[in-house]
Amino acid sequence: MTQRVSMLIVDDEPSVRDSLLQWFLQEGFRVETAAEAMEALEKMGNSNFDIVLLDIKMPGMDGIELQGRLKEIDSQLVVIIMTAYASVDTAIQALKQGAYDYITKPVDPDDLSRLIRNASEQRRLLRENLSLKEEIRSLVSTEQIVGKSPRMLEVFDAIRTVAQTDVTVMIQGASGTGKKLVARTIHSNSKRKYFPLITLNCGALTDALAESELFGHEQGAFAGARYRRKGKVELADRGTLFLDEIGNIGPKAQMDLLRVLETRRFTRLGGNAVVEADFRIISATAKDLEEAVKEGGFSEDLYYRLNVFNIRLPSLTQRASDIPPLVDHFVEKFSVAMNKPFTGVSSGAMELLTQKASWPGNVRELQNAVERAVVVGRPPIITASDFAGLVAPGGPSADVVLPLAEMEKRHIQLALDKSGGNVSLAARLLGVDKATVYDKIGKYGLVY
Amino acid sequence: MILLVPIDFPGDIDYLRDRLRKGFRTRVEVSLNGLDPKPFFNPDRRQYSSASIIERLERDAEGAASKVLAVTGLDLYIPILTFVFGEARLNGRCAVVSSYRLDNRSYGLPSNPSLLDKRLFKESVHELGHTLGLVHCNDQECVMKSSTYVEEIDFKGSWFCRRCGDCCAPALAGLK
Repeated sequence: MTQRVSMLIVDDEPSVRDSLLQWFLQEGFRVETAAEAMEALEKMGNSNFDIVLLDIKMPGMDGIELQGRLKEIDSQLVVIIMTAYASVDTAIQALKQGAYDYITKPVDPDDLSRLIRNASEQRRLLRENLSLKEEIRSLVSTEQIVGKSPRMLEVFDAIRTVAQTDVTVMIQGASGTGKKLVARTIHSNSKRKYFPLITLNCGALTDALAESELFGHEQGAFAGARYRRKGKVELADRGTLFLDEIGNIGPKAQMDLLRVLETRRFTRLGGNAVVEADFRIISATAKDLEEAVKEGGFSEDLYYRLNVFNIRLPSLTQRASDIPPLVDHFVEKFSVAMNKPFTGVSSGAMELLTQKASWPGNVRELQNAVERAVVVGRPPIITASDFAGLVAPGGPSADVVLPLAEMEKRHIQLALDKSGGNVSLAARLLGVDKATVYDKIGKYGLVY
Repeated sequence: MILLVPIDFPGDIDYLRDRLRKGFRTRVEVSLNGLDPKPFFNPDRRQYSSASIIERLERDAEGAASKVLAVTGLDLYIPILTFVFGEARLNGRCAVVSSYRLDNRSYGLPSNPSLLDKRLFKESVHELGHTLGLVHCNDQECVMKSSTYVEEIDFKGSWFCRRCGDCCAPALAGLK
């Protein structure tokens, strides 16, 4: 619904006040009048106005000075100065002080009508803009990343350091550690936050699709291309391009990507026009890309272009002290979403979760467990039995047969977690040499 | 009942009376005593103050009329604007409408009495609409659509849109 425009008319001449009052009442505006500056300031302090029509010459305080005082109360206020004599000096002074426009009395009805319509629209857009910015801010903020563990504090520091810059960031972490969330947080705290964050899932990007997906296509570029379509790179103009699962990108797509990263210019598939785009790159991977480079599976040039600033996310086991606040966060989130008034989890349930030996699915696994518990549990408290099916402390239950590779992966991850990410110590715990541990880290994409 | 008060009006006020009577389905009478325009004249602007006319109508108009509409051929103004086609008090009793700037001859065009009658009727309904509590309407065809130049009057319709009609229905019933 359109909000009713509110207007304050400030003029010491009663006939002017009254005629404007009637005119704008008939427009359907909420209108108040003030005969002098102090009355205007008082009304402004007690109520909100979109537009102020202000006579430039008034006893006590002139319109220019009053404009400044009114803008101190509401910096977004649209002020239109009224003057009986056209004077360039006055107009310049009023506009310099931030007036939206000025009119010379008497004014043509059509001019006044158009001016007020444009001013109302400007005010509406300003208000809408502020509210959208606020909405975006509340939707995406660092507060959404829950954690106070030393490893997470390091991550927060890294985000703060890099967010405001335009530096290319690579986020590394196992599946479920929150790579997308970190990317979104960097974007939402950057200078580009009011422009789009475009996600390209490289895992789903086959070589055949890469070019069209990255650069878009012109109408008729290939069978079925009925319209021109912008690619992800073009969509990310002035914003951020988030390359998720970059480790899974094919060789052709690597080349295409490298080309556009170097030049920031490209042509749409089937087109000749060169398109320029200004974007920031954030990439994420669960793989050890350095190893992939050594093995020739990932372009060295692309790797160094992407890995300018590296953020390594800890596994959930490495930040076990964050489990209680994460559990509380998810309980609150899902209670609201499912309209089930849970106040928290029992101490038994929390113990079960904090003592669980490993979380291969990391925070995502914990989130899923809590979501399921909220579904099956009965408010107000989630109990340990609501987490039935969750692997008991000490590792997989004896009657579950896991593939040998999965057991090896989990076991090495456990050793890395127990050693606090120290590979030498993990190797000693496992009774193997360091090279073997590195080999397995690469093979299984383990995080340490 | 609606009372029409002529003030130096050169046109056919009986025609306007009949059309308003038909439109509002109420008694519409023409005052036998018109108003002398001299007190409303502003020599600096060489125009007549619509606000002063309304003040005078509000002060003097007595009798059974629910609404009083002054009809004039004089050029009207309010202090802030170069001219007005008419003026009314929102939810008030009195309004004024002028044929001066509705006449093609004001724009150097040949006279068109039929078009002038249509425009005057629309502006009379428009100003009376304000006295019935209606504000400007965004419906292009509604008579309550704001008109700041004469061609806009020709574009819009001669009567209230459904929404405005519903809004002023109780006030309209009060006229009868």
